[in-house]
Amino acid sequence: MTITANAPAGTQRSVLDALEAETIHIIREVLAEFDKPGLLFSGGKDSVVVLHLLAKAVSPGRVPIPVVHIDTGHNFAEVLNFRDAVVEKYGLNLVVGSVQEYIDRGELAELPDGTRNRLQTRVLLDTIESNGFDVVFGGARRDEDKARAKERILSLRDEFGVWDPRNQRPEIWSLYNGRHEPDWHVRAFPISNWTERDIWAYIQRENIELPPIYFAHCRQVFERDGMWRALTSVSQPNADEPVVVKQVRYRTVGDASCTGAVLSAADTVAKVLDELAVATITERGATRADDRISAAGMEDRKTEGYF
Amino acid sequence: MTTTLLRIATAGSVDDGKSTLVGRLLHDAKAILADSLDDLARTSAERGFGGSAGTLDLALVTDGLRAEREQGITIDVAYRYFSTDKRSFILADCPGHVQYTRNTVTGASTADAAIVLVDARHGVLEQTRRHLGVLALLRVPQLVIAVNKMDLIDWDEAAFSQIEAEVLALAGELGLKSTTVIPVSALQGDNIVDPSASAHWYAGPTLLGLLEDIEPRLGGGTARLDVQYVIRPQGALAPGLDPDAYRDYRGYAGTLVDGSLAVGESVQVLSNGQPVSSRIKAISTPAGTAHRAQAGDAIVVELETDLDIARGDTIVAGELPTAHREFQANICVLDPVKLTSGQRLLIKHGTKVAAAKLSTIEYVINVADYSQQPAHSLELNDLGRITLRSQAALAIEQYATSRTGGSFLLIDPATGRTLAAGIIEENNEAA
Repeated sequence: MTITANAPAGTQRSVLDALEAETIHIIREVLAEFDKPGLLFSGGKDSVVVLHLLAKAVSPGRVPIPVVHIDTGHNFAEVLNFRDAVVEKYGLNLVVGSVQEYIDRGELAELPDGTRNRLQTRVLLDTIESNGFDVVFGGARRDEDKARAKERILSLRDEFGVWDPRNQRPEIWSLYNGRHEPDWHVRAFPISNWTERDIWAYIQRENIELPPIYFAHCRQVFERDGMWRALTSVSQPNADEPVVVKQVRYRTVGDASCTGAVLSAADTVAKVLDELAVATITERGATRADDRISAAGMEDRKTEGYF
Repeated sequence: MTTTLLRIATAGSVDDGKSTLVGRLLHDAKAILADSLDDLARTSAERGFGGSAGTLDLALVTDGLRAEREQGITIDVAYRYFSTDKRSFILADCPGHVQYTRNTVTGASTADAAIVLVDARHGVLEQTRRHLGVLALLRVPQLVIAVNKMDLIDWDEAAFSQIEAEVLALAGELGLKSTTVIPVSALQGDNIVDPSASAHWYAGPTLLGLLEDIEPRLGGGTARLDVQYVIRPQGALAPGLDPDAYRDYRGYAGTLVDGSLAVGESVQVLSNGQPVSSRIKAISTPAGTAHRAQAGDAIVVELETDLDIARGDTIVAGELPTAHREFQANICVLDPVKLTSGQRLLIKHGTKVAAAKLSTIEYVINVADYSQQPAHSLELNDLGRITLRSQAALAIEQYATSRTGGSFLLIDPATGRTLAAGIIEENNEAA
């Protein structure tokens, strides 16, 4: 039994430094090798962190690509305001793909349960195609879900936008190969290796601004399937679901009709980190009704072309 | 103390209990949260696992895809994350059966350490030799051999010692200098996170204890920065910056993969093989301007002199890598193709992509006994040695001294698919 000599002291890199460097490396590879990149930007914490790192990767240059928001029409007002402020701050071009417009034109039909997460896929694929994006950055992380744990950093999508988990390109060393056939495109996930805790620790370290709904606030909510749903025009209680005021925060930001809040008093990043240290439920499990459909809920949406 | 990141890969098959071992590691390290545990318990019960109430089929932890859960197989590399008080881990779980070479190469290419499973009942099998051969080729710095299912041989010390001796001999033969052998039972949780109560004769570390103490690999040697992206922000400056201050700004962005660089240091810029001298004027790291950068940093450097530098050029300090248009390398074929002499390809080396041609297939390596055999073609999962010609001169280094300078991809020019991973080794006794 042998263990080799230790590295010299003082040369150890912190987890956040290592992840930050890896992500910037990936972003620079993608910006250099693709013709027309875009950044999927929901205003959620993960996409905010990707944008922050994108700005670092090209500094002192300006973020050279547009941000793309697939708007379900079921937004939290705080998140839309935040999105517009960020666009202004970085001097970005904003591309919006609107699910509501598709519904109004009769090209998409509202689902029986009224949620729109699944309706985003068609709008996303059309927006990618009509803008000629050959790659879009996304903030998906492998620790979010079992299907995402198998996702590549550069994920190829065929002409139908389909993810084929059985036929993924091997990803070796830091040599990313994004070449693809003409009508295919690529999803680039530069924060694949970050965990929820890493994201929050980085938000704290870098003092990154987030939409206020990530922090504890009082809100009118009702309980459904063990989740606290906000009372909004698109999220209404049934007769047996009394509306109450609770102190809550959101762990993820998505379609307001299927994203739940958690009871929380964490009104600062530091308190959120304390809360996560003792959390017993995963972020998607706690807050996403759409992921509770089946164990393969995410896999099914991904193969259809979802993020 | 700073917590560090350790990247580990696993190699082994379902039969060795690899999925169970990974599941046990995550479970005992408390990396599985309550809702995922409920999910696990429900699926375990549905499958009638263990027959008794409350027994978890830990193998299910790593199977993420519908087909994997339905068929009880693992299709693709899965990445798992867990942390202890000492450090954070990224675990690449590489399936052993289907396309084992391709998967192991993918997972092990970035690993600081690899865990190889051996079934205590069967000892070293041909498969063990294959896994060790691939890990040796990739020069994974630390190997942990987990001799699993010790409970099924009643924690027989003599049997373990025999397997240990055999594995260490094999590792020595392959030039794997740092190998540790641990007796474990993944199913019962012995020596994974908690020490075994059954192996009173074993005084070594548990698997997690060992992983917590391994030092991550650091790039030493010649400072090397492959230019990814040239930043010339004139007219497109980030909001809030003073245009006058950046009128002549030209920054070369890239990751310093080896060595260290400091402001004022002399450097050589290799552009298509021709070295040009300059000096470092400024360094920016993600945290701001810095006097010095070290291996692993994603940086931007400015040079004292105005040079025509583009993506694919390499900035080095210290010993100069030699520029080559023709060289030999070991490759691992990763795509269902047949590679033959004369084939036209693209090579991606560092940040450079160039036209290339496979001149000669020297031989194929039999990964079961590491012998070299003549071959006319190389196919999926084959390891072989080739001579390659490149249209552009490449600043290559030996893989043993630089993982980046000594590695490349071969790409199909028509489809863009990654056909093979290549490793530049002058001496080829390792594989």
